[in-house]
Amino acid sequence: MSYQGFRSLLPKKDLYSFLVLALILVVVLPLSLDIFRLNLVGKYLTYAFVAVGLVLCWGYGGILSLGQGVFFGLGGYAMAMFLKLEASDPESTKIQSTPGIPDFMDWNQITELPFFWEPFYSFGFTLLAIILLPTILGYIIGVAMFKRRVGGVYFAIITQALAAILTILIIGQQGYTGGVNGMTDLRTLHGWDIRTDNAKYVFYFVCVFLLFVCLFIAQFIRKSKLGRLLVAMRDKEDRVRFSGYDVSNFKIFVFCVGAIFAAIGGAMFTLQVGFMSPTLVGIVPSIEMVIFCAVGGRLSIIGAVYGALLVNFAKTSFSESFPELWLFAMGGLFIAVVMAFPNGLAGLYNTYAAPKVDAFFAKLFGKTPVSHSSPPTPLPSKPTNTKTESVTLPQGVVHEQ
Amino acid sequence: MSSNTDFVLAVEGLTVSFDGFKAVNDLTFYVDENEIRVIIGPNGAGKTTVLDLICGRTKATDGSIKFRNRELTRMKEHDIVKAGVGRKFQTPSIYGDLSVFENLEISFPRGRSVFGALVFKRDEEVISKVHEVANMIFLGDQLDKQAELLSHGQKQWLEIGMLLMQDPDLLMLDEPVAGMSVGERQQTAELLRSIIKDRSVIVIEHDMQFVAQIADKVTVLHQGKILAEGSVDKVKNDPKVIEVYLGH
Repeated sequence: MSYQGFRSLLPKKDLYSFLVLALILVVVLPLSLDIFRLNLVGKYLTYAFVAVGLVLCWGYGGILSLGQGVFFGLGGYAMAMFLKLEASDPESTKIQSTPGIPDFMDWNQITELPFFWEPFYSFGFTLLAIILLPTILGYIIGVAMFKRRVGGVYFAIITQALAAILTILIIGQQGYTGGVNGMTDLRTLHGWDIRTDNAKYVFYFVCVFLLFVCLFIAQFIRKSKLGRLLVAMRDKEDRVRFSGYDVSNFKIFVFCVGAIFAAIGGAMFTLQVGFMSPTLVGIVPSIEMVIFCAVGGRLSIIGAVYGALLVNFAKTSFSESFPELWLFAMGGLFIAVVMAFPNGLAGLYNTYAAPKVDAFFAKLFGKTPVSHSSPPTPLPSKPTNTKTESVTLPQGVVHEQ
Repeated sequence: MSSNTDFVLAVEGLTVSFDGFKAVNDLTFYVDENEIRVIIGPNGAGKTTVLDLICGRTKATDGSIKFRNRELTRMKEHDIVKAGVGRKFQTPSIYGDLSVFENLEISFPRGRSVFGALVFKRDEEVISKVHEVANMIFLGDQLDKQAELLSHGQKQWLEIGMLLMQDPDLLMLDEPVAGMSVGERQQTAELLRSIIKDRSVIVIEHDMQFVAQIADKVTVLHQGKILAEGSVDKVKNDPKVIEVYLGH
């Protein structure tokens, strides 16, 4: 990519937020936390994938999905199925009445591996499934909903119903899915023990790397005309339609992107936490994912990462002391975000902290604040990317979806 | 059904009923090349519905709409736009969160597929076209402004500008001067006169003075049917029109 192309993809202000996040995730946290805590951060980061996808779907496209847990679950279960098969070799399952199949199948009097489990012996297929399953499901949902112009609250309710359906399905078919316990006792990946500290470090960094891949994809979409079209659609859908665009295709696309991100997060969750269960894919976790996104700021992809980290951190510390109060705190937080700071942490940062930070750096380097500098342009009023910034985060403008 | 014609737009026997109520009833009219047609009529006459039907927003119950002999009634909205029909809404429909430049850019007829939009590049062609249109609609020095911050009249112009970016063969404007000051009306009339070269225009308007300024031919709608059609003077002096519309 040319330097010019890179600069238009990541203008200085965005570049700095990417760098700061990278510094925190790659250097600061690994150096300051023990592996137990770092593994927790890695777990929180898997939700950041979902939150970044939601920024695109909800913040930009105005498509509120309350069922992202479904896609998180698809990715997580696909990975868990692979790991479970590896953990269920005939040697380690010889006490079962049918050795060589996952233990929960044996408990449910299943004597043969179901056909849809077979391909998950292959790691390549599993990785492909993690990407393709959510894409296909997202596409089907998208075509069924968006082509019929179902949107807004109705779409949110339907996605929520899907989350409920998936949970019920998983619990009901426990012979095939591990039921309410989920898939536990996952041990090795190609013979490599995933429960060691060493493996946890590796997974943490893989997770951070993949998160940045997703962030770059999101940034690319945000900065493309498609990103501006999403904002336009959120605002005046009919105007976009009557400007010659098939609006539903754009919605389907961004919904599928969000689904893939969520699935990658789910797969990383399974690897780092070592199990997958229906409690992680249902209605409550799906709504929590929306809250991570809202708290971070639904128009900021970087904000979404901080949102996922902070809310999860708060959840862990809070529920250690007051387990039964956490749901109330979460509800209160959501109401507070919607009522008081609709653009979340990113909005607060841009309103209050950003000018001070800019001034601080200006003082430090004796330069003008970075966010307001723009490269010289051939045409006098040729728009620069700083303008796009001011547009994507208009302060004080409440974005209703 | 209907035969091919030389007209840009041939509407024949067009009917739409909402739960039995015929908002547009057996409507037939033709628009010539480079003609400015103004549709007037009292509230509820079905004026906006006619535009909705042409641009595909509402599906016709019966009848045919042919644009350059292509049947529009069964086409998707975005395909109708691609065929060359542009439409401005009654209330200014612009993207408030985007800048004036971006508003215009979105209507540039390139990169309309998902992939096309992802790889769309803001090249010289786009930039010069945006500048050209922005100057026509008196917003040449406001390109970086957030569109939400424009005045009502400027928003109306911006939406007209977005249509000019599409460069449609048939331009449909729903009350383009509603809510504008006298000065802005004057400017808009000039704007319309300058943009109608090489295209046909259908305008819905109430302001008779404005109508007289721009119209080639006027169609008066009443209760979903054509009450009168002809030059401004002919329509103005038609006793039926005075009775149901102008007299009040």
